[in-house]
Amino acid sequence: MTAERYVFPHKHLLGIEPLSPQDITALLDQARAFEEVCERPSIKIVPALRKKLVVNLFFENSTRTRNSFEIAEKRLSAEIINFDADTSSLNKGETLIDTAMNLEAMHPDLIVMRHSAPGAHALLARHMKASIVNAGDGAHEHPTQALLDAYTLRKHFGKLEGLRVAIVGDIRNSRVVRSNLWLLTRMGAKVTLVGPPTLVPQEMKATWPSIDISHDFDAVIPKQDAIMMLRAQFERGTGAYIPGQGEYSRFFQLNPARMQRAKKDVVVLHPGPINRGLEITSEVADGPRNLILDQVTNGVPVRMAVLYLLSHPHGEQVP
Amino acid sequence: MPEAQGPCPMDPGQMDAALKRLAVDLMARLQPEEEVVLLGIRSRGLPLAERLAILLRAATGAQVPVGSLDITLYRDDLTEMVGSPIVRPTEIPFTLKERTVVLVDDVLYTGRTVRAALDALLDHGRPHRVMLLVLADRSGRELPIQADLAGLRVEIPPGHRVAVKLKEIDGEDSVTVEAC
Repeated sequence: MTAERYVFPHKHLLGIEPLSPQDITALLDQARAFEEVCERPSIKIVPALRKKLVVNLFFENSTRTRNSFEIAEKRLSAEIINFDADTSSLNKGETLIDTAMNLEAMHPDLIVMRHSAPGAHALLARHMKASIVNAGDGAHEHPTQALLDAYTLRKHFGKLEGLRVAIVGDIRNSRVVRSNLWLLTRMGAKVTLVGPPTLVPQEMKATWPSIDISHDFDAVIPKQDAIMMLRAQFERGTGAYIPGQGEYSRFFQLNPARMQRAKKDVVVLHPGPINRGLEITSEVADGPRNLILDQVTNGVPVRMAVLYLLSHPHGEQVP
Repeated sequence: MPEAQGPCPMDPGQMDAALKRLAVDLMARLQPEEEVVLLGIRSRGLPLAERLAILLRAATGAQVPVGSLDITLYRDDLTEMVGSPIVRPTEIPFTLKERTVVLVDDVLYTGRTVRAALDALLDHGRPHRVMLLVLADRSGRELPIQADLAGLRVEIPPGHRVAVKLKEIDGEDSVTVEAC
């Protein structure tokens, strides 16, 4: 048996922005193989990351992403340390760099971090030998969410190129949307951002010229293959940008009446957690066209693929 | 069993004959009540397993299930390799419980691939017994593993490899010995 090898040319996953279409395809292809591990009727664990130490550093609340990473790490047989920011020395005034230096002394191989400051991961990457995985940094990027969204879409439609995807809601505060814009536009999907003018910064067209921006959800719906709803993030100040939740729902909620206007085979995505009755109704969130729980399921093999590809020596070390 | 002769120990006709002989030998090793499945070790073990299933069906009329096993994640050198070996899905669409599993591969060399395959296999279930069938069994074992059935046994010195080509993957059938 000879192993055909792929050298993932990045040491870290700081965002989707640095990834080429080939990198994205490799990650999604590898996730398919890990999905088989997750679907086994018997032992859902492989020894691929045995003897590797993974540190989960979550400085922001997370249930879904943190659990998903932890399951992925366990399924790869990694050793895991969960660093809880609430009970850490950060409460005693320790800086992120000091925390990093102390962690470095434990010789971790991979660090999965969520932090409220955009760029915190790049800072950590400069001070540590470990590979850094961005599990969300402020409103900047959430690359594994975009990868699992793409995986879910590719699995359903068999492709990403040419798909018409509407991303709807609180665009301004969303790190999910930025990662998805890098990924979907790079893979040839046609993206339309939809939301009230206050929540869809026009300058996004400068970074992603191929996208469309609309404030008329009803007009956009009939053309879409997929509708990705975003959570209204009131903890990040969304309330200051809209007149009220009732009006927001009236124009931008995905509900059965709007689903009537969509293609029969349209699919609905949402990164969660859902504000039921605000951006999406329960009838749609639990309805036959939703892929929301598929997204959660697919998060594990996608994160397994990320950890697997980052756990080997990378391009610059290839002789 | 043909002896290795020069750089080309098996041409297409010899490979065909070897597989037919392997199918006959395999049937002779099985008890009448044994439920057998073939698991091809990716990548070249899979087409070999599929060919054997056709031969077994022609001989007995029985449909022998075929699955595939990717052992990449079970390699004992995985974490030391530069670059990530590409992982392909394992496909075992049947139960292994109470079955006789015949692992099929193209070449048996160090034994490490088979060790990994056994680990992978046992994560999928507990078969009644496991047999190993290879097209070519070459010298150079590093682990105490042996083939139950081999189409060819070859003594070749270190620094050489047995290269198997199959129509399904390479467009031709051949077994050659090459310097590495």
